[in-house]
Amino acid sequence: MDITELTVHELQEKLKNKELTSYDITKAYVDRIEEKEKDVQAFVTTLENEALEKASKIEEERKSGEVGIFTGIPIGIKDNICTKGVKTTCSSKMLENFVSPYDATVVEKLNKERIINLGKLNMDEFAMGGSTEYSYFKKTRNPWDLNKVPGGSSGGSAAAVAANMVPWALGSDTGGSIRQPASFCGVVGLKPTYGLVSRYGLVAFASSLDQIGPITKDVYDSAMLLNIITGHDERDTTSRNIEKKDYTKALKNDVKGLKIGVPKEFFGEGINEEVKEKLEEAIETYKELGAEIEEFSLDIAKYSLATYYIIACAEASSNLGRFDGIRYGYRAKEFKDLKDLYRKSRSEGFGEEVKRRIILGTYVLSSGYYDAYYKKAQQVRTLVMNEFNKAFQKYDVILTPTSPTVAFDIGSKSNNPLEMYLADICTVSVNIAGLPGISVPCGVDKKGMPIGMQLIGNKFEEETILNAAYTFEQKIKFRENYKPTFRKGEK
Amino acid sequence: MQVSKEELLHIAKLADLEINENEIDNYLANLEDILNFANIVNNAPVEGLDITIGANEAKNVFRKDEVKVFTDNESLLENAPDKDQNMFRIPKVIE
Repeated sequence: MDITELTVHELQEKLKNKELTSYDITKAYVDRIEEKEKDVQAFVTTLENEALEKASKIEEERKSGEVGIFTGIPIGIKDNICTKGVKTTCSSKMLENFVSPYDATVVEKLNKERIINLGKLNMDEFAMGGSTEYSYFKKTRNPWDLNKVPGGSSGGSAAAVAANMVPWALGSDTGGSIRQPASFCGVVGLKPTYGLVSRYGLVAFASSLDQIGPITKDVYDSAMLLNIITGHDERDTTSRNIEKKDYTKALKNDVKGLKIGVPKEFFGEGINEEVKEKLEEAIETYKELGAEIEEFSLDIAKYSLATYYIIACAEASSNLGRFDGIRYGYRAKEFKDLKDLYRKSRSEGFGEEVKRRIILGTYVLSSGYYDAYYKKAQQVRTLVMNEFNKAFQKYDVILTPTSPTVAFDIGSKSNNPLEMYLADICTVSVNIAGLPGISVPCGVDKKGMPIGMQLIGNKFEEETILNAAYTFEQKIKFRENYKPTFRKGEK
Repeated sequence: MQVSKEELLHIAKLADLEINENEIDNYLANLEDILNFANIVNNAPVEGLDITIGANEAKNVFRKDEVKVFTDNESLLENAPDKDQNMFRIPKVIE
């Protein structure tokens, strides 16, 4: 048995039946990381020794009494989520040596369950990008084809889960950064409703859009990890005080009568033919399963994308103002005075894409352009929300591709920022409206690259999209039929 | 959307960023590309719509304004690039 092939719910079963120990599991992952990291390059920091030590300790505890259902299960964490005593770099030179003095709320919750951190996962610098190529440290590779990107910005998280280097991982999603890499790597990625998961300890990119969520091998694991990380937190005033749910209870393997809306604008120009084909097959599968499918018009995709880049960059330009080389982070070696220290530290510490977005954000907020861009974008935000509200009066779920294409070649878009932005066209509107969205694999293209389907739900209706995703997954059995090959495909 | 070199440098200054002479053309081209694309928001049917500043209906989230004693000064200074005793060290600001 290859332990690293198992899902977390399968690991739980084996732990319960004493077929495996936490140490066996952690050791298997540590060995797997050792074997695959040179090809995949998913980690910024690995914690092999610490993880094994914790696992041994947990085994002692298990012998002497009752332990929790997640005790001794390992995890990987995106490197923009603060972990006390372990570096949190945001894959930036700016935070290369930053060690957080506190844990993010989601990390506290993992620790409470005695989940073992295997390490911090690579990402686009400050979560700005869709390919993980904008990391200061390394380029993560897609386990399905090592010459292709894993997507981004949570590319390290998605690649590590796909490559069985972690059983599950946390990512963050501001405009698609969980769902798109999940789609590119053939795994499941869930962006929860804005306010369901505390953002305390998530290094802020665009505060009105950011949300932490699970990247997992299957939908059941996604529901379980969501169970752990949700909950009100007074340290994040945008986190909502709603009743805790057990999301696994929603997984009924039944979508009879479920009303699914298919917005035709998300299947138009720019969407790859093979992606379209697989999505159409998925729609047929849902019909067979008894769901009611209807095509409708949701003409917001192009406005959403422009609005997203205006709002996200505006918020980023403000949020990243804190990096000034004084209290933490990179400080330039040579400077004339305080102002020069700020300017040099920021110019040397931030990468090109981050600077580009700060400049764009500063531009749209500056006097003379505020009304034409920022204010207009905020109005479009209302429009997008209204259109979704209308759609959810008719449908339970909205179905779209997660990304217009499969994973692209490393280097093919990194010099063309606008082209990279266009790849977010299917995912950003979900963040603008604060809705939950999940990406599940729905097949592979002719070259064997995974294709993802996005299911969007109404606010706080994670249960509906999780069940829809689960029912589909049980039917097509993607994980049984397709596996990453670690090949180096032709460019 | 035409952005001038002076405008770009002014914006960079507002953002406390330096742009080298050899980077200017690239930044200008990218910025123009992106702004031309972003201009589409001005064609959106938003007549009469209010602005939305967040994805959350919660408004005015209050907490009690209570003093809490914080003692772990050391951890706050741990990441400082330059410090002296229990203070952040910065260059002289008074002429």
